[in-house]
Amino acid sequence: MAAIEVKQLTKVFGSDPKRALQLLEEGWSKEKIYQETGMTVGVHQAEFSIREGEIFVIMGLSGSGKSTLVRLLNRLIEPTSGQVLFGDADVVRMNAEQLRTFRRKHMGMVFQKFALFPHRTVLGNVEYGLEVQGADKKKRQERAREALRMVGLEGWENSRPSQLSGGMQQRVGLARVLANDPEVLLMDEAFSALDPLIRKDMQHELLELQSKMKKTIVFITHDLDEALRIGDRIALMKDGKIVQIGTPEEILIQPADKYVERFVEDVDLSKVLTAAHVMIQPETISPERGPRTALQLMRDNGVSSLYVTDKEMKLLGVITADDASLALKYDKTILEVMQSKVPWVTPDTHLNELFETMAEAKVPVAVIDHRERLRGIVIKGAVLSALAGNAVPEGGSADGFAQAAAR
Amino acid sequence: MDLPKLPLGDGVEWLETWLTDHFGPFFDLIRIIIGSMTDGIERALLGVPALVLMVLIAALAYGIGKWKMAAFAFVGLFLIDNLGLWEPSMKSLALVLTASILSIAGGVPIGILCARSGKVRQTVTPILDFMQTMPAFVYLLPAVTFFSLGVVPGVIASIIFAIPPTIRLTNLGIRQVPSELVEAADAFGSTPAQKLFKLQLPLALPTIMAGINQTIMLSLSMVVISSMIGAQGVGALVYRAVTQAKTGIGFEAGIAIVIMAILLDRLTQNAFKRKHT
Repeated sequence: MAAIEVKQLTKVFGSDPKRALQLLEEGWSKEKIYQETGMTVGVHQAEFSIREGEIFVIMGLSGSGKSTLVRLLNRLIEPTSGQVLFGDADVVRMNAEQLRTFRRKHMGMVFQKFALFPHRTVLGNVEYGLEVQGADKKKRQERAREALRMVGLEGWENSRPSQLSGGMQQRVGLARVLANDPEVLLMDEAFSALDPLIRKDMQHELLELQSKMKKTIVFITHDLDEALRIGDRIALMKDGKIVQIGTPEEILIQPADKYVERFVEDVDLSKVLTAAHVMIQPETISPERGPRTALQLMRDNGVSSLYVTDKEMKLLGVITADDASLALKYDKTILEVMQSKVPWVTPDTHLNELFETMAEAKVPVAVIDHRERLRGIVIKGAVLSALAGNAVPEGGSADGFAQAAAR
Repeated sequence: MDLPKLPLGDGVEWLETWLTDHFGPFFDLIRIIIGSMTDGIERALLGVPALVLMVLIAALAYGIGKWKMAAFAFVGLFLIDNLGLWEPSMKSLALVLTASILSIAGGVPIGILCARSGKVRQTVTPILDFMQTMPAFVYLLPAVTFFSLGVVPGVIASIIFAIPPTIRLTNLGIRQVPSELVEAADAFGSTPAQKLFKLQLPLALPTIMAGINQTIMLSLSMVVISSMIGAQGVGALVYRAVTQAKTGIGFEAGIAIVIMAILLDRLTQNAFKRKHT
């Protein structure tokens, strides 16, 4: 279900936005409008829907309109035209009172430079949202303490924000939003002002919190690595327009245009793609079958090994052509000759963590999910092809994306 | 070619007469309010024995600053009393306090309005410029016409002269609150009043206090000028000493003003600092 649906959202900064809208409709470019009229098109016809519980990343370089776009969602900046649908309500048409309620209950925001109130304590900052709602002191402090506990800042309640490090300050910023318990979090370059190491920690922690909270998060960033690491889906912006929306993999593998392609060309694909993306359908055999059948299957499919699985697709072992010949010669069963130690990885293993296992393995690496079922195998050709930026070959690709979406 | 002189002066005088004719009762009301306020403060200051007030003020100075300030307050006030200037000094102080309180009561809200609306600020700023640059003597005259002689036109003239810093610095202080903090307050659904009282005013307070300090100093500087239209106090002593060329008396009265100025300045400056460190 969509948490937020954005339709034709446009923002023009300047003296006569109506005229700029007309010019845009006539096909004028952003530059031309600026040169002729002095008006700036911040966001042009943004259209997307954010699913409930996903991390939706809006990415772009500075000046691409991403910070404007996120402020249109809670109307810190008034949209020129378009709709922002939240449930049945259009945020753009709310009156002041409705908008206040919407901001208090449903949509919180975390800021790039933390924007903590310097004259209040950490606790005073975190309880602010509930305070303006008129919650009684005991209740709001209780919730604020709980939120601080969630972000690991227990014991800092009475400190001033200025006494905290950048990472800790942003935790306060996060706690301040969590205390309000809104459905949607807007995070405007929330980690951009932090040191790289702390930034990674925070990204990690956000993902961990998110696995418990299941909020809908709109995350703004200019950092592709960050977008790929935390985004369920990414919208790429350029010059106020959304150029492409898709999962990280879709954007990497099928860039919509030259701009996106250039944006992503330096990405280390091995850190982004996982075993699930490159695995292919394995040839399997049930343990009740004889070695002759095994050899026949290998010949028919042009492979030199088969994966032995039970009815639930649970992996029991692997049998090579040599093993099968041996079994035939000495009249043994598959179970007796197969190798029960099979190199394996989980579907979400990144390729860069998979290379070593592959190098040591004599048979293709098995991909096994958390219920110990065999999901696929990884062959060298598919990995190389994926790293070269090509779509993953036969069958594996569709399965891979389904995996990523289900993750 | 000779252009005829614009009848600007005539116009002002006509306006003055018109206002007196039509708004007489209104001005009377203001005169009664300000007059009784000044009177009340004066009675309170002179109602307690000088020594008790000295100790009270010294204690206040100790509470706000350090023992040094308390010592200065006591010695300074004792000197004023010793010179026989206690009563006129308290009368002047009553005038200054009345003008300051009214300036703050009017100036802070006007400053807030200026900060919230660019249009209000554009209208108010030139008026403030006018009030600060027009020589004080000039608006002393209409003040006398409207409010007759005495302390009331003195207070009015002091307010006109002293209110601009409070307005300007309240406006500045609020506008200087970082925009991302204002954004955060908005994003959490604050009402305009909540934003003002929970964020903007607390953060603007140091700047506003600087304006209030200036306002008090400026109204003190009006003490002598006010005495020309009949306000009692040390100002009147200075004025008389000047007209009679009595350097000694003039100097003594001047010292009393200096002591009060230093005390008011330090007290208002530090009253705020203490709270925030």
